Amino acid sequence: MNEIGLTQILFVSTALFFIGVYGFLTRKNMITMLMSIELLLNSVNINFIAFNKYLYADKLVGLFFTVFIITIAAAEAAVAIAIIIHLYRKLKSIDVDDTDIMKF
Amino acid sequence: MLNQNYIALIPILPILTFLVIGLIGRRYFPNFSGILGTLSLLTSFILSATVAYQYFFEVGKIDGVYQKIIALKYVWLQFTPNISIDMGILLDPISVMMIVIVTFISLMVHIYSLGYMHGESRFATYYAFLSLFTFSMLGLVLSTNIFQIYIFWELVGVSSFLLIGYYYEKPSAVAASKKAFIVTRFADLGFLIGILVLSYFSETLDFQTLIQRLTTDGTYLSSIASVSFLGASGLTWGLLLVFAGGAGKSAMFPFHIWLPDAMEGPTPVSALIHAATMVVAGVYLVARLFPVFTISCPAALEVVAYVGIFSSMFAAIIACTQTDIKRVLAYSTMSQIGFMMFALGVSGYHGEEGVGFMASMFHLFTHSIFKALLFLGAGAVIHYVHSNEMKDMGGLRKLMPITHITFLLACLAIAGIPPFAGFFSKEEILTACWNSNKIIFGAAVITAGLTAFYMFRLYFNIFWNKDYSSHHHDTTEHHHGEAPKTMLLPLLILAVLSVVAGFVPFSKLVTADGIGFGTEFHLGFAAGPVILAVCAIALAYYMYAKESLVPQKVSDAFKGFYTAAYHKFYFDEIYLFFTKKIIFNLIGRPAAWVDKNIFDGLMNLLATLTEKLSELIKPFQSGKVQEYAIYFFAGTLGFVLLFIYLWT
Amino acid sequence: MSASQIIFYIIAAIIIGGGILAVTSRKIFRAAVFLLFSLLGIAALYFYLNYEFIAAVQIVVYVGGIVVLIIFSIFLTHASGDEMKKPVLWRSVFAGLAAVFATALTFLYITEHNFVANSAASVSPSVRNIGLQMLSTTEHGYILPFEVVSMLLLAALIGCIVIAIKIKTKE
Repeated sequence: MNEIGLTQILFVSTALFFIGVYGFLTRKNMITMLMSIELLLNSVNINFIAFNKYLYADKLVGLFFTVFIITIAAAEAAVAIAIIIHLYRKLKSIDVDDTDIMKF
Repeated sequence: MLNQNYIALIPILPILTFLVIGLIGRRYFPNFSGILGTLSLLTSFILSATVAYQYFFEVGKIDGVYQKIIALKYVWLQFTPNISIDMGILLDPISVMMIVIVTFISLMVHIYSLGYMHGESRFATYYAFLSLFTFSMLGLVLSTNIFQIYIFWELVGVSSFLLIGYYYEKPSAVAASKKAFIVTRFADLGFLIGILVLSYFSETLDFQTLIQRLTTDGTYLSSIASVSFLGASGLTWGLLLVFAGGAGKSAMFPFHIWLPDAMEGPTPVSALIHAATMVVAGVYLVARLFPVFTISCPAALEVVAYVGIFSSMFAAIIACTQTDIKRVLAYSTMSQIGFMMFALGVSGYHGEEGVGFMASMFHLFTHSIFKALLFLGAGAVIHYVHSNEMKDMGGLRKLMPITHITFLLACLAIAGIPPFAGFFSKEEILTACWNSNKIIFGAAVITAGLTAFYMFRLYFNIFWNKDYSSHHHDTTEHHHGEAPKTMLLPLLILAVLSVVAGFVPFSKLVTADGIGFGTEFHLGFAAGPVILAVCAIALAYYMYAKESLVPQKVSDAFKGFYTAAYHKFYFDEIYLFFTKKIIFNLIGRPAAWVDKNIFDGLMNLLATLTEKLSELIKPFQSGKVQEYAIYFFAGTLGFVLLFIYLWT
Repeated sequence: MSASQIIFYIIAAIIIGGGILAVTSRKIFRAAVFLLFSLLGIAALYFYLNYEFIAAVQIVVYVGGIVVLIIFSIFLTHASGDEMKKPVLWRSVFAGLAAVFATALTFLYITEHNFVANSAASVSPSVRNIGLQMLSTTEHGYILPFEVVSMLLLAALIGCIVIAIKIKTKE
């Protein structure tokens, strides 16, 4: 375990972050956009835990950040699903390009 | 002396009447407005007559010289400590004479219009405009300050515009009012430049100070006389430009074209404005600045004289050919004002040399009376016959007896037959010419003869010539008789005055330097023009008293000249050509093109550019969340690169 | 190459592979399942780093709660069986290039940076320590965020019900 340094874990989390960004910018389905957002949040969680373990071992700050982020991500996902269902009832589709009413 | 409040009432009453009639009377008491206007003007006239009596016979003369009294002075706009525009009332012989004339003739016209304009739909408006005009004219003659006279000058022009265009549904009336206003306005440009020149060098706008500085040898006179432009001194230019303004208002050549067309207005308006009062404003202006003209700039005075005599002869020739009776009277007015102008032009200043000035003012006084009478009489004739042309008239002497007698008296007066008013004033003018310029004297005598001829041509054509019933089917269709009493009363009053007005001892009252002098009566000198006038009347009788072919033969003999005179020597066409073809096409149209295409085009271009730019930017707000996220991400990346690599 | 390194690389492969497949899969149900695998991989990573509590929380909340919620919503919106449309070309190209570029940039900085460890006594992330710290009011106590988060959860709960409720109209 000593051979795996902070840098490698950060590589993983960075890659996951930008995969999430790519998915958010590319996907047409609202639910899959939500999945990409979850990936983003998880990459941040990995970052916090890694920093907590390697750099700030005397405190549990990172861990608590992670706990709260998970909590809030759950709440946010629930609200997002509620909005998607409501929009689905109105527009009969979950394509994000159909929600472009607020334009010029 | 009358309290200055009462003197101030003389112009204030008409303007108050204008406001009351214009704002309230038009809607609530239209028929009473006429009586209201007449009553207010009657009060003004009584006050003017009282002031005149007191000025001339009680308080005005000190040591034998009539003083210039400033009754009221109010500093309005102060430009520098020396130059300010004041509003005030100046009483001196000519202004007191003018206020009496203006209020009296205006009163006669007010009474006459009660009958003439009875039943008009805009009766109250007419009286409002008449009051406005009277106020402007009174303000003009009472001015103490050259700018104040300019302000009232323009006001008079506006009132004239309103009154000429009174029948605004007629396109010819609208065109005539525009023409009058534009021509006089154009002449007033010269007047304004003249004011600026004179006031710049003499550093004042007040009349008395200006005259005193430009007539006594000193720094002011030498500074203005030493400046030279195109060969003439600054003083000559200033005076000539001011005279140009006066020539415009008085219908002197070449600004005369508006006066015949101004006859489109109602006839009482023609009597008031275009015979007796407004058109003499130019003469009044020259008289006001007369000391500067005679003492300091004789060259300008010569120009005044020659313009006057030329306009006089020009108008007299044209008047011999016209068939519209109001046009004949209009050209007659122009000719008589020419008399007044050249009488001023040949005059000196001191004592007996100032006989020209005195004669000019005397002629102004008498001319206003008999010209107003002629116009009002013509109005009665037009009212009866419903036409302006001579061919529709004839033989009216039995059908309109009072009008006939008063018209005849006026014609005798204007022809210069003794003992009527015109004889005395014309004799004084001819005396003045004899003493200074024989050429002008000769031309004046010829014009006087022409005056008698065309006036009696007019008289015979209206009242004699044909028998009225021969070309009018039914004389009983004129059930309203000759004219109502309100129209006949002024005719009678004016007729009496045109007989006796000549006996006023004018030379004791109104002179160039304020000192009265006596005039002698030379029988031989006076007899010549009278005999010439009597011959002219006889010639007119021979040609026009009965229907005959003689006029036709005479006009055929002078065919080309007659046609040219009938068409007023084509001056209207020349001016129209110049303005329409040359000025409009060479200056007006390119300027309009530049304005529309370049200036407006620039604005439109700016607007179009903004629109196109916004069209380009609009798609950025597409409403799609992912596109917003892309912009956000790209922006963040850009900022990161910027701050890490490029920020130093 | 020791065994722990190999295990780490396998876990990393699961995480990244699951992530890539989750964002590029054409069928939505499969994307949800790949997301699930990716989250499980992250939990395994937490286990690998000896943070058991977080790993357990991750599995319970994320995998058991959120992914299940997502699958429910796929059912509710009748999208489960269909093929999804391919994204717009310029968008995917740009996003891909930008993502790769940004990843490379961040890798560059991570390798260049010198991470300095805080050399103090380490606290073990046991449940006891977590519990003590979460409810303590002293320094390093997280009682306040704990209460705030509980209010936020309440607000989210009510919000979801209000947004998603179907109001029956009187027929």
